Amino acid sequence: MKKRIHELLERARNVGWMMEPDARELLKLYNLPVTMFHWVHTREEALKAAADIGYPVVTKIVSPKIMHKSDAGGVRVGIGNDGELSQAYDDLSRLEGFDGIIVDQMARGTELIVGAKHDPQFGMVVLTGIGGTAVEIYKDVAIRMAPFSNDTAREALTSLTGSSLLTGYRGGEAVNMEKLVHLMVHFSELAVDLEKNIESIDLNPVMCNAKEALIADARILLKEVQHT
Amino acid sequence: MKLDTLLQPESLAVVGVSLSNPFNPANVIFHKNNLRYDARTYCVNPRGGTLFGDPVYKSISQVPGKIDCAVLSIRADLVPAAIEECIENEVGGAIIISGGFAETGRTDLQDRVTAVAHEHNFPVIGPNCLGIFSPPAIDTFFLPSERLVTPRKGNVALLSQSGGILVDMMIKLTQEGVGISRTVSIGNKAVIDEIDLLFYLDSDPKTSVIGLYLEGFSEGRGRDFVTFMEQASRPVVLLKAGKTPGGSRAVSSHTASIAGDYPVFREVIRQSGALEAENEAEFVSYCESLSCCNEAAVERVCIITASGGHGAMASDGCFNAGIEVAQIPDDDIQELQPQLSKSVQAIASLNNPIDLTGSAGDNDFFTATRFFLEKDYVDAVILLLLPYLPAISTDIGARIASVAMQYQKPVITYMPHVDRYVMFIEGFESNGLAVAHSVEGAVHMVRAMNRRKS
Repeated sequence: MKKRIHELLERARNVGWMMEPDARELLKLYNLPVTMFHWVHTREEALKAAADIGYPVVTKIVSPKIMHKSDAGGVRVGIGNDGELSQAYDDLSRLEGFDGIIVDQMARGTELIVGAKHDPQFGMVVLTGIGGTAVEIYKDVAIRMAPFSNDTAREALTSLTGSSLLTGYRGGEAVNMEKLVHLMVHFSELAVDLEKNIESIDLNPVMCNAKEALIADARILLKEVQHT
Repeated sequence: MKLDTLLQPESLAVVGVSLSNPFNPANVIFHKNNLRYDARTYCVNPRGGTLFGDPVYKSISQVPGKIDCAVLSIRADLVPAAIEECIENEVGGAIIISGGFAETGRTDLQDRVTAVAHEHNFPVIGPNCLGIFSPPAIDTFFLPSERLVTPRKGNVALLSQSGGILVDMMIKLTQEGVGISRTVSIGNKAVIDEIDLLFYLDSDPKTSVIGLYLEGFSEGRGRDFVTFMEQASRPVVLLKAGKTPGGSRAVSSHTASIAGDYPVFREVIRQSGALEAENEAEFVSYCESLSCCNEAAVERVCIITASGGHGAMASDGCFNAGIEVAQIPDDDIQELQPQLSKSVQAIASLNNPIDLTGSAGDNDFFTATRFFLEKDYVDAVILLLLPYLPAISTDIGARIASVAMQYQKPVITYMPHVDRYVMFIEGFESNGLAVAHSVEGAVHMVRAMNRRKS
């Protein structure tokens, strides 16, 4: 496992950040739950992947040139059939640096962000907040030093202004706290483990529902100067 | 490293006195300590001679007797050699007043000081600082005594990365009647930093509250601060500057963009149990209230006021700060009413806030305060007193203090602070009770004790 982590980091080092398929693999090595996905390089593979996952699916560009996939028009959500998928594949294949696409399970639930960064004064810290695209607007986040325990993870979630969104607000579905807490704690351990290499990680969104907490996207930025 | 020799030295050598310029910082430090403080004080200048009749020694090695603490006020490039000389002569520690190190780009000079000090386990405060105020032993601030207010003896210790802010805080605390145990200006913290001093002060019998002004922790030292807080027995009040990001950095991750340096600092500090003040006024309020009472864990208060408006403002403040305004049982209201003066009985409103009205006098405030301090459902009393009311006298402070002492519960008083009311205010402060400048300030003081419980 150590060797594979090293390989993934080495490969990302040249670009400065880790492409999503590699980031997902890294997370899986740490037993973190990611949405079901396939990285494919042909339309036929894409159709096969969708058949395996089941519609609807999400497609995302994989390209070393495109870090902000949505901004570059590299994400299609709610793809419902083979026709739409073929079209999406063709569109994405025309983007700069095309290196295949991710066909991804379309997870549902409350969107959270779980992130980590290296703070000069306090070392690795983990941020948890009400996420998705609104994260920078509401800034409803809790920040804790990594690594941390289940209790701290639970307390961080409770401290959010929007914590009632997680416990079932006005008949809404309560999320699976145990799995979410588990994800946060494991992620905090990953953050400390990779402290020397990593500038910041965004798991955004983490899709939370009654059954599970799944990472639907991951962005890993590497430190510029590397030792070890 | 052993810090006793620096904070409570029996002897002091001031290196760098001038034989021609009486305003030289070293001269101010020498005279101040020589005349007013307990440590045996020597002065050093390579040219030797005498200074107002006192011998000037040509070097540290020529000083007769052991030196606990050397104060270096010499050119930055001469400092590393002077530190080595201190070590050779078994000096206990040094304070480097001089500037001209990392703050002006001479990190090489500072690194040399750090290296040699660590190698010999030699404690150094500074460089680029005012040093240590630790009466009755020493005061290395190069500020003439007649230009400063004289701090009161007390239990608040201060640490500061800025000498200027430190002196301001000492003046402001003194003005509020808050006494000071020791203060240290840590400057560039080349060797000893705030964490080392926090550990020292946390077991200092003279200190019961520690105030810290900080621009930032050195790399990774934030974590050590959290570790310190886990076992700290004294409350720590913290004021941070440098909260705004210097220039915009292009940030391509959400986490890095939201969790900037200050948001991380604020969250981690709050978790650690230290009390971060928003501004200087809050810092002074927190230090004042915790210096009066650092053991209390206040959750429920009783507000006793001479005016409905003040009571309502205090209630709002408590609500916003998450402090409960205690519900008073009907039986207690019935019991209290006949104990008040006749004229007040008819018009007072005895639901918390307890509005005794402008007709109330010393006896009414005393009676009501004693009545509620005795109740289990009240952890503290906020007393909103208006000294312009005819029936209130200057005795009120001493009387309230006696009952606060009896029940060992905090009483925080608000009174307008103008010269005319100084006698009223001193009645409280000289008896160890905190007096706030504003209703909001009184709530801050209670909040400091409220946070203490977590």
